[in-house]
Amino acid sequence: MEEAYKGYRDPALAVLKENKVRVWSDVEMDTSRGNFKGIILPRSETADERHIVLKLHNGYNIGVAVHTIRQIREISYKKAEYKIPEKEFPYDPKKPNVKLLGTGGTIASRLDYRTGAVIPAFSPGELYGSVPELADICNLETEKLYGVFSENMGPEQWIATAEAIGREIEKGVQGIVIGHGTDVMHHTAAILSFMVQNSPVPIVMVGSQRSSDRPSSDAALNLIHAVKTTAESDIAETLVCMFGPTSDQYGILHRGTRVRKMHSSYRSTFRTIGDIPLALVDREKITPLRSDYKRRRDDRDVIINTAFEEKVSIVYYYPNMKPDIIDSLIDNGYRGIVIAGTGLGHVNKPVYPALKRAQEKGIAVYMTVQTLWGYVQMYVYETGRELQQLGVVPAANMLPEVAYVKLAWALGQTDDLARVKEIMLTPIAGEITEREPYNGYLIYQGGIPEVEAFLRKIKR
Amino acid sequence: MPVLLKPFEEMTGDDYAQIGLKAGLEIHQQLLTEKKLFCRCPAARYTEEYDAEILRHMRPTLSELGEYDGTALMEFKTKKEIIYQINHESVCTYEMDDTPPFEINPQALDIALEIAMLMNYKLVSEIHIARKQYLDGSIPTGFQRTTIVGIDGWIPYKDRKIGLIQLGLEEDACREVSDVGHLRTYRTDRLGMPLIETVTRPEMRTPQEVAEVANILRWLVRSTGKVRTGIGAARQDVNVSITGGTRIEIKGVHRIPLIPRLIYNEALRQYALLQIRSELHKRGITEQTFRAESADVSPLVYNSEWEPIRQAVARKEKVFAVNLKGYRGILSHPTQTGKVFSKEISDRVRVIACLTRLPNILTSESTEETIDTYTWSKIRKTLKATARDALILVWGNERDVQTAVQEIIIRAQEALVGVPSETRQALADGTNGFERILPGPDRMYPDTDLPPLEITEERIERLRKNVPQPVWERIEKYKKMGLPEHVLIPIAASPLAPFFEKVCEDYMLSPKRAANLLFEKTKYWRRRGWPVKRIGQEEWRQLFAELSANPRFWSCVDALAEEFFTAPQADWTALINKHKKTAADEATLQSALQAVAGEAQKRFTDSDKRHRYIMGKMMEQFRGQVEGGKLNEMVKKYTEKDE
Ligand SMILES: [Zn+2]
Repeated sequence: MEEAYKGYRDPALAVLKENKVRVWSDVEMDTSRGNFKGIILPRSETADERHIVLKLHNGYNIGVAVHTIRQIREISYKKAEYKIPEKEFPYDPKKPNVKLLGTGGTIASRLDYRTGAVIPAFSPGELYGSVPELADICNLETEKLYGVFSENMGPEQWIATAEAIGREIEKGVQGIVIGHGTDVMHHTAAILSFMVQNSPVPIVMVGSQRSSDRPSSDAALNLIHAVKTTAESDIAETLVCMFGPTSDQYGILHRGTRVRKMHSSYRSTFRTIGDIPLALVDREKITPLRSDYKRRRDDRDVIINTAFEEKVSIVYYYPNMKPDIIDSLIDNGYRGIVIAGTGLGHVNKPVYPALKRAQEKGIAVYMTVQTLWGYVQMYVYETGRELQQLGVVPAANMLPEVAYVKLAWALGQTDDLARVKEIMLTPIAGEITEREPYNGYLIYQGGIPEVEAFLRKIKR
Repeated sequence: MPVLLKPFEEMTGDDYAQIGLKAGLEIHQQLLTEKKLFCRCPAARYTEEYDAEILRHMRPTLSELGEYDGTALMEFKTKKEIIYQINHESVCTYEMDDTPPFEINPQALDIALEIAMLMNYKLVSEIHIARKQYLDGSIPTGFQRTTIVGIDGWIPYKDRKIGLIQLGLEEDACREVSDVGHLRTYRTDRLGMPLIETVTRPEMRTPQEVAEVANILRWLVRSTGKVRTGIGAARQDVNVSITGGTRIEIKGVHRIPLIPRLIYNEALRQYALLQIRSELHKRGITEQTFRAESADVSPLVYNSEWEPIRQAVARKEKVFAVNLKGYRGILSHPTQTGKVFSKEISDRVRVIACLTRLPNILTSESTEETIDTYTWSKIRKTLKATARDALILVWGNERDVQTAVQEIIIRAQEALVGVPSETRQALADGTNGFERILPGPDRMYPDTDLPPLEITEERIERLRKNVPQPVWERIEKYKKMGLPEHVLIPIAASPLAPFFEKVCEDYMLSPKRAANLLFEKTKYWRRRGWPVKRIGQEEWRQLFAELSANPRFWSCVDALAEEFFTAPQADWTALINKHKKTAADEATLQSALQAVAGEAQKRFTDSDKRHRYIMGKMMEQFRGQVEGGKLNEMVKKYTEKDE
């Protein structure tokens, strides 16, 4: 795509060429709907090919249909450059050194005011320009590992991130912040909890639900919370740090294996499942909610284990599921299957023959619950007992996504199913817990009087 | 006393021409839709009750040049906590910025396009949603979603055209509940309602012209029947400049009759600020030579008896003094009716430093009894102030006082520029106060949440059929029909106008009579508390058909209506049939007239009163049996003969 006609296809492209104008031309258009004056902007690639985007001098954009255009006259041409201001991030020898690893996502970005294109702000200087409060907390160094949208994260990126974390810990940083898109942040948090073990420092993942080009963004506050946690907390685990309530009040530090994105757009989308979070963080302080976390240490004895088997899948069970779903995984050479079953961990009888086949082929099959909350219990009902006979292993209260990445990690290390089972069922980073606290499961039912009373009284 | 403009009442068009007054309008008008603009919440579900509160902060985003724009900087200085009160009936997760927008409400877009055609705008082929930044918290996202549907429209006015720059379709903002110190509270029920913004060119030359054009624009939109009416449904902003001054936007004029005085006061203020500038220049003070100093004078006023400072000391606040070199007399220079220059400074301190408790400053030019001269002289000494200088005291917590001192100096220095760029707020007394620094041009940017939307020719053609005849054309037509002057505009601006014209034609009615019934009788009935809504277009047609066939019922429409509104079945024909006795014969009428006239003779000496009495009594007795006009003639003849 030529830069001069960015995003334009015929017939719009032909009209631009015919009239000898291009993107960034300041023009006057004579159309059947009247005269329009403005600057021609690039067109979004997903928009149609019948309109030309014009930025009027009042700042608004409009589209002009090419079939209405009689003539376009170029008055002048000025290509605009958009740059994020850089201010040198101050260095203070008394402050801890924090490393920020970038993986994409909108934690730090600016909008090109003319085109709407998002430009990542990432260097320390750029971050200092937009979130100067960071300099009160630490000395910041940044490294962009890659820039991918959250949904494109995969084993390649996970391995590279784990290795980068290992390198930084070797160098002796006070902690690591990982900027990440929010959609699969909990997958990444889980796999890093397994790939990076025995970390002496906090590894804090952070993102934003409202991009940082918006005045109401949660990005700056999330970043401040994450950097503060990294620099000051004594929790040496892989954490997710995101808004607690939708109000600008505090962030929650979730354990990487127990956290899940629970709303497609809320700020307070991340919740700890099957447990209570590790701590709260605000601008002033970090308040632990429990004491059973791994503490910060002075050594650099981190273990990086980046094993990963790609032939693993999750199957979300539904009534009337046919065995061919499982069969197709077997036929495609999958080595591991995590089932998200109903209730205490069930599937219906028609699937049994396929599970039997899987057992015979030496495929590792694990059961989790699609209720998310609670344990798999395969002794209570006959179905459960039958499934175990078919080789399905109950995965306790491991979340389905966590079981998925852990099974891939385990199968990446060994072919021996007994060894895989040992890895799977031995908790490494809180992915399986012995007991569920009675105050963990509190999904409030909006609308009922006591919850309404709570909402009225407390700004959340 | 410096020479200012003549009083408001004495200003002429020539006077305004002399100072180069230019004024324009921005009208915000809510549309009559069922739902909000970008979500499916019901529109206009207003309530003061709320079910929950949410707390947010607004963070300025950097402009392209790496600087905060003026408003952003101001809002950043003010560091407000924003509380949103939310009611679950009227607000969903979209308004709270926890869900992306849904597609634009097609009903609202249709209305906007229809109005754009009515105002002769050039329609755009494709709308793009933009975000217009507002950092005051009035919209939880920090920006307003807005789009342009047309540019370069016009309306006729006197012998010229008034240009309309653009027609925007946008979401309404929150209503402010309170703003005290660092806490601002908003009610969110109005948030997200669809409204159109009409922007005129600054082509009005007197304050009265602005009000007249505002009225025309209001009648125009109302004539579609698709806009909301009532308190707050339409809000005007005016922009004003005079030669040498600055284009100042005054926000939130709720009633059009307030406009002229407001514009006069702004013209006066700009005129005064220019005078102040030239006075300062005369004294040799320029932006380069301007000097100001400040100092903590808390210990000096520790024992002050003056209540505001005594209370500040009791709250353990700081008191600072600012010395403006060479500014003597400037602070008490009049600016608007009943206001002086120090008010400009006090406003800034209130809004920007969040010192909302008034008075928030005290000047050395105050004529009231405040702190004693001995204390003043100590303060002067501390700041090495001479008799040519002006002093300002300000108090509050340490951080806010620092901001306040800076702001005082900034505003004083701006006096050397003349009229600083600001957005101002209309006040009830016709003056205006500081609201915020004028937002920079960088506050508009594309909304990445919604794709562009094509406005097809088919859509335009479908909508063009609804566009009413412009008000000014109707007015001319009705004049020719012989309608009385006072009903011309109300009828022309009514969505019922086309219906009125149609029934006149269909039933061959006298326009005067039909207009009276449709527009004036109904008003009277409504005042009496009758459910006028029960008469829909079908019922009107039924009534007009009956009246056309039985003209003598014209005289008793009120009585019929009363029965109609209380009857369980809405049926004019049945009602009229019930009353349709045979017409009264001449002899019966004459004998009844004789009796009534006798009674009238006894009661009244005045012949007019006597006539009215007779008519009333006769109509009561013969309602529906005789035509009013005919009876009138009869009574006239009878009474004339009598005298
Ligand atoms: Zn809503």
